[in-house]
Order: sequence, then structure tokens, then C-alpha cells
Amino acid sequence: MLQTTALACERGGLRLFSGLDFTLGAGSLLRVRGANGSGKTTLLRTLAGLTRPSAGSVRWRGDPIGEEYRKEMLFLGHAAAIKDELTVLENLQFAVRISCLTFSDSKINDALQQLGIARLADLPARYLSQGQRKRAALARLALAAELPLWLLDEPFAALDDEAIARVSALCAAHLAAGGMLVLTSHQDVPIAAPHARAIELPA
Amino acid sequence: MQAFSLIVRRELRLALRRKGDVLTVLVFFIVVASLFPLGVGPEPDQLRAMAAGVAWIAALLAALLSLPRLFAADYADGTLEQMLASPQPLAIVVLAKIAAHWLCTGLPLALVAPLIGLQYGLDGGALALLAASLLIGTPVLSLVGAAGAALTLGVRGGGALLGLLVLPLFVPVMVFGAGAVGAQQAGVDPAAHLSLLGAFLAVSSLVGPWAACAALRVALD
Repeated sequence: MLQTTALACERGGLRLFSGLDFTLGAGSLLRVRGANGSGKTTLLRTLAGLTRPSAGSVRWRGDPIGEEYRKEMLFLGHAAAIKDELTVLENLQFAVRISCLTFSDSKINDALQQLGIARLADLPARYLSQGQRKRAALARLALAAELPLWLLDEPFAALDDEAIARVSALCAAHLAAGGMLVLTSHQDVPIAAPHARAIELPA
Repeated sequence: MQAFSLIVRRELRLALRRKGDVLTVLVFFIVVASLFPLGVGPEPDQLRAMAAGVAWIAALLAALLSLPRLFAADYADGTLEQMLASPQPLAIVVLAKIAAHWLCTGLPLALVAPLIGLQYGLDGGALALLAASLLIGTPVLSLVGAAGAALTLGVRGGGALLGLLVLPLFVPVMVFGAGAVGAQQAGVDPAAHLSLLGAFLAVSSLVGPWAACAALRVALD
């Protein structure tokens, strides 16, 4: 269970939001909405433990977030964390290993298939288009079912309709299995969720 | 430990795929060290006396050339952020990056240095000692340099700032590294110099990664 109490964040001395309280339980989807610069990414980075809140706290299963929390959380930021010199497969293998996910060759292949990039597996990432790059980054979602909490920053940006459908299906499956998902998005992509809510950050 | 070798292997693979980065540093080292005889003149005794100092200065500059890239690429493409949000302790990530940096810069420099020494007419003992001092000293450059690279991450003109920040810290390493060869040439036992280099290595392997971790957390906040 992810819980924030009176969470407040600022960037460069500018207050973005304050007094943010929410609790996220199993099967819950939280959409973070807001205008450009309203602090969606900052909120997600704060939830991931990358940015320190200026006030309030983030708790996971009742405890302040720390090393244990990072073992149960997947964060995908704006930047795809894809290395141009490595192949799509090597990039995914590294991402999966660094997150300590269990995997096998067939599961990795499966993940690439689910994102529709299996035929690009051995291609150096420098030849990928923006959308393919994003797909390669999102492929780890197909292997991250064991992590209860997903934090996704603009997962649908740069994706075509087919990829959006694939990613939203992965998210829906994760939620149906009792996972939790926080995402920021400008598009209102439908995701089937047992519990869904949205917060609108003030401009 | 698994994460350590995972990151080192990946860094080495990346270095293999962009050999230019590694070769640039190595060629820079050789060119700088080879410029001195051209500028100073071919007097053999003079060259022998300055050989170790020149090799060490060239090594410092070559290390400085490679340091800005240590975290910059991972910072820009989001890899650093992923590592920070991963279950891996940041200290392991930083230590692995430092180890890979040394394998790709410090180690080749130490291995090539005897060739530079030959140009300067050093004898066998002095050549071995030059390589040994670089083998002990260049990890210090990577360890201390990592802290500097992390501190200047995302700063405009970070490369120049990095030089101002770490070159003064490199000075003791250079003094005792070059001093070891000088002592041997003067007929004094160089063990004391090498022990001091070892002490620098011990201290910097504690302080360097710790400072780099703290600076990375701030840079990514």
C-alpha cells in the first residue's frame, strides 16, 4: 500500500503542489493530470524516492520508502534509459537484471513480442525510431508483474495506437492481478482497473 | 556483487562498442608525453630526469579528459535515474562505474607508460617502477575523479570546473608517483613512495565513492 501524507514539492523554490494526500491499495490505478509544469513528473519522481519532498512523506506498507521499497517498485521516467550502442535485447536484459527481476530467455523474447519489437531484438538501439525506443523501454513491464507498484511517467508518449493498446493491456493485467499503478498522461487512454481515480495538480 | 560485475561488464561492452573514447585518451597520453622531448630538447640526462614527471602529468591530463564522460551519458539518457530507483545500493553502482573507468583508462595508461619511458631512455628498473606507480596511482585518479565528475554533473562548463576541482587533489598522487621513480634513479629505496601511494588509494577508495554517491543524489534530485 502506497500512502502520501501532506506531500508538498517545489522545484527551484517554486511551490508545485502541497497537501497531497492519497492512499493506493491493491488493484488501484492513479492517474496524475495537470498542465505542463504542474509537477506531474516531480510527483512521480518523489514517489520513486528520487526527489525529496519539501514537506510531507511517502510511505510504503506503513514505512518510509527505502531499500525494501525499491525492490517492489518499478519506475519508468521520461528518459528511456536505452543505450545506443547496445542492442534492444541487451538493453532489456540489463534493465531486468538491475531491477532484480526473475527472467529467462523465453520470457524476454515474450516481452519483446508483446511490445511488437521481437524482430528488432538484435538491432543496436541507435537505429530505433522514437516510438520503437519507447517500446523497448516499456518491454520491461511485461517482465515486471512481480513488482506490485509501477510508476510510469508519460508511458504513452510517442507510441502509436497499436502500441498504446498493448501497453494499456499490460497495465490492465497488472491491475487485475492486484498490482498498483501511478501514471502521468496527457492522453486519456482507457485502462481497465478495479479501482481507478485521478488527481488534478493545480496549474 | 552480482550488480557490480553486471555493471562492469556492461561498461566494458559499451567501451568496446565505442572504442574511440578509450583510444582518444590513450593517444592523448602518448602525444602529450611525446611532445616534451620535442619542446625541451634531446639532452639524454635531462630527459631521463624528467621522464616520470612527464608521464605522470600526461596521465593526469588524460584522466581529466575522460572523467566528464563518467556519469554524463548515463545521466542524460536516464540510466542513472533507473539505477538509483533500482534495488541496487548506489555505492555498488558507483564503485562499478569507477572500476570500469579505471579498466578503460588507468590500466591502459599504466601498460603503455613503459613505452613512453623507453623514449626517455629509462632503464628496466625505472620502467617497471613507473608502471607500478601508475598501477597504484591511477585508481586514485578514478576514485577522486568520480567524486568531481558527480559534483559537476549537469553543470554548464562542467569539464573546466572538473579540472579546477580535481587537479589539486591529484597533486599528491603525482608527487609520490613520479617521486618513486626519482628515488630509484637517485639510488634511494622507492618503497616509502609506493606505500604512500597505497595509503592514498586506501583513503580515496573510502572517501571518493561516498562523495560521488552524495553528489549524484543531489544531481538527480
